[in-house]
Amino acid sequence: MTDNGLYGFKAEMRSMQIQSITKRQDKITPKQKSMAEYLEGRENQIVTKGVDSHELVGGKPSVAGSVSQRACVFCGSRVVLYPIADALHLVHGPIGCASYTWDIRGALSSGPELHRSSFSTDLREKNIVFGGQDKLYQALHELIDKHHPKAAFVYSTCIVGVIGDDVQSVCKRVQKEKDIPVIAVMAEGFQGSKKDGYKIACDALFSLVGTDESMEVSPLSINILGDFNLAGELWMLEEYYKKMGIQILAPITGDGRVQKVQNAHRAALNVVQCSGSMIHLAKLMKEKYGIPFIKVSYFGIEDMSDALYEVAKFFKDDSVMDKARELVKDQLTTLIPALEPYKRALQGKKAAIYVGGAFKAISLVKALRLIGMKTVIAGTQTGNTEDYRLLKTICDDGCIMVDDSNPVELSEFVKQTGADLFIGGVKERPIAYKLGIGFCDHNHERKLALAGYDGMLNFAKEVYETVTSPVWQFVNKNKE
Amino acid sequence: MQKAESIKKKVMPSGDAFASSCNACKQCTPLGACIAFKGIEGVLPMLHGSQGCATYIRRYLISHFREPVDIASSNFSEETTIFGGNKNFNTGIDNIIKQYHPRVIAIASTCLSETIGEDVQRLIYEYQETHNWMPDLPVMIFASTPSYQGTHSEGFHEAVFAAVKTLAEAFGPVGDHINLFSNMISPEDIRHLKEIVEDFSIPAMLFPDYSDTLDNTSWDSYRRIPDGGTTVDELKRSAQAYASVELGYILNSGGMNGRIKDNGTKQSAGEYLKNKFDVPLVRTGLPVGILESDKFFNSLSSISGKAIPVKYQRQRGRLVDLYIDGHKYVSDKRAVIYGEEDLVVALAAFAAEIGIKPVLCASGGESGKLAETLRKVLGKNYYEDMVVGQGMSFERMEEVMQELKPDLMIGNSKGYYIARKMDIPIVRTGFPIHDRIGAQHSHMLGYEGTMILFEQIVNTLLEDKQRKSPVGYKYM
Ligand code: SF4
Ligand code: SF4
Repeated sequence: MTDNGLYGFKAEMRSMQIQSITKRQDKITPKQKSMAEYLEGRENQIVTKGVDSHELVGGKPSVAGSVSQRACVFCGSRVVLYPIADALHLVHGPIGCASYTWDIRGALSSGPELHRSSFSTDLREKNIVFGGQDKLYQALHELIDKHHPKAAFVYSTCIVGVIGDDVQSVCKRVQKEKDIPVIAVMAEGFQGSKKDGYKIACDALFSLVGTDESMEVSPLSINILGDFNLAGELWMLEEYYKKMGIQILAPITGDGRVQKVQNAHRAALNVVQCSGSMIHLAKLMKEKYGIPFIKVSYFGIEDMSDALYEVAKFFKDDSVMDKARELVKDQLTTLIPALEPYKRALQGKKAAIYVGGAFKAISLVKALRLIGMKTVIAGTQTGNTEDYRLLKTICDDGCIMVDDSNPVELSEFVKQTGADLFIGGVKERPIAYKLGIGFCDHNHERKLALAGYDGMLNFAKEVYETVTSPVWQFVNKNKE
Repeated sequence: MQKAESIKKKVMPSGDAFASSCNACKQCTPLGACIAFKGIEGVLPMLHGSQGCATYIRRYLISHFREPVDIASSNFSEETTIFGGNKNFNTGIDNIIKQYHPRVIAIASTCLSETIGEDVQRLIYEYQETHNWMPDLPVMIFASTPSYQGTHSEGFHEAVFAAVKTLAEAFGPVGDHINLFSNMISPEDIRHLKEIVEDFSIPAMLFPDYSDTLDNTSWDSYRRIPDGGTTVDELKRSAQAYASVELGYILNSGGMNGRIKDNGTKQSAGEYLKNKFDVPLVRTGLPVGILESDKFFNSLSSISGKAIPVKYQRQRGRLVDLYIDGHKYVSDKRAVIYGEEDLVVALAAFAAEIGIKPVLCASGGESGKLAETLRKVLGKNYYEDMVVGQGMSFERMEEVMQELKPDLMIGNSKGYYIARKMDIPIVRTGFPIHDRIGAQHSHMLGYEGTMILFEQIVNTLLEDKQRKSPVGYKYM
């Protein structure tokens, strides 16, 4: 310890305090000692399968004072729209909101990379007092002249909603003057959660769809909705579908381009990943353009193969189906034996999942099973009650399911279940590491693709590397 | 130099003069406040505003410190935004107490709560009034940190000031201890400063001390609130210190910072204690390099009346020796230095004393004092063609760099993309470092820290030379 005299007796004091606190709590909720401290009002956001009879409720706002792992509406919109690489993404607000989202997700582009810069109107006190509209107008002109984007998205943040800037009219005006789509994304953070931001982003995209007809379209064409090409997943899918003779007309939004989105109404089918972020757009397109959609997941062998078969089925074309079968067979003959050693090493290990949406969680449970692992905690930030019903059907008994959790709960659950692995985002990483268990990033900041067949292998390898690392021998786990 | 003149003109307007910013070289005020707050023992920070801000800030800090960083939020909804945050504030505090049992709840405002005019000081007062029956009612500290006034650096110093102002009490005679306000430095550097004052046998309150809370050991069980930090008692007694030492020349003294007018009320913690409690204040820079470290060690020596311990005299000697070993590799190199203003001053002073030319000194901060401070601190080592940029974004830095053609960048990891584009080496230091591990152990203060930084710079340059050389030299 580096403590000098002044800092001396601290530790002792602290441990005394902790003891007295624990005692106090025991009195408050004698029934569920270990889970005593989840926040009031959160009881039905936590369910243990096979133990609790109530339903897991999602979609509630976070309670005040919680250290939620959730982000805001703006974040949701930005995440969805940001991979459109030839558009200008201007955050209208004070600097933080833009600064923290600067290139935080990979979102790879095969061409322009305008999306990787973080543009902000960097509002100052005088703008707050006198309004930021003029600054926004100038900024748009300045940036459009400099970067020549194909469209501009203007994100309005909390404070803009409060000072009453008329973002929409500024956008309309600039759109006329500059002759490119300028779209106001009214994503003030306080309006709700990340999920509401997805919906707003879908509306923004929908306003682009149908505004151009110049691209060549094959009769066997699809749009990919809800993949963001964080680590090149989209390119993988492109290759698979190409082998089946299918054109991806508009990737929305991974490796996205404005023109492709504008042409998206001409595809035969929308293939929607994970339901969460993009289902709204699929519904809108179905309503207006009559384009059917299917929901898929690209994660794990089963789900990936289904994604290919479903598309083949839709086109009712035997040659497409044959090609799909062949592709899957090819992939599996190399993949299954390659997974074997990992499976052997990981057999019986326990995993905790805390991810953005419920569909991702479902895919993960299945994929983990494939490499011999059991899911003991399954939680999401933004799942809804319906999603959770589905999640519950595939989880094992004893699995703790949780909605909109926080570090205190998560760490408690990890301790209770003795998980060996945590799958989550950057905010969950230190929880896993502090508790001395492995970690796999399944959120936005990955550098290695987890989708598709190659992705499954990447996943197994990463899980293996972290779970079996010898460094855990130095961690004193409090084995109860 | 004709060219430098033209560039200088181009750079001088501050960030405020532009309608937009691209790739900001700053973060927002509450982030800085949260770092400072983490230096209080038993604390849980809460942001009064929408949830997103807290989540983003946590994510940003976690990626740098690689520690759990719990920051609560009062989670404004649309309704709160219209009718005020009173209810959310109270529920927030209730829930924090229930879940974390903190000794201190440190609250920072956000753009949103400031704009709708929340009176947090009043909310705290009312909460305390209605809860005075509670046995361990946490101490509450509030820092006003709207992000449209200043950067994370101002937020940090604002929080330091707020903690001292809330807690310092005049009770009893002058003690035998000093206050050491250490500025925004790494946990490793905090530990080093503590070691130095200890070796001087000076009892000191270092604030904010997040050396444990943001750089902890592996745990056997999860701690809701990590151990460590400056205690409330120490902060209370800061008014009886016989001196305060404050590191950094600029701190939160900036006049511009996007404010409509400078109302001159900003004080640092040290200034406050001096004005209110007559605690003498010694101001010196962040001790990077020999000259600035000398100032620091000499200050400690004169305050305490004790000689500089032999250990540090030896360190200084070894550092001089190391400078000599490495001088040829750095001599006349042209470096870009960027980050918080006080850090830029310290790094520029260090660069200049080892023969590196700081051709561009840039900060996202806008105190309006960077240029004059650099000139004063660097003194005879001042590089006349230096371009100084305040309110700089990385995009504008890059524009200037394309003309200046520097050999090296020194600063946080966000500049990496420029280094990559221009194929020049970068030495990562300061905040944030998101693409390497070990940022919490970055060490540059004192003779010892300088040694490490110097080696880092020289070796980075050597590595670059080696990599680009057609011959694979085995000796350099
Ligand atoms: S609203 Fe203000 S406090 Fe919140 S992230 Fe944006 S800049 Fe920071
Ligand atoms: S200010 Fe609002 S939009 Fe910006 S990060 Fe905070 S919650 Fe999100």
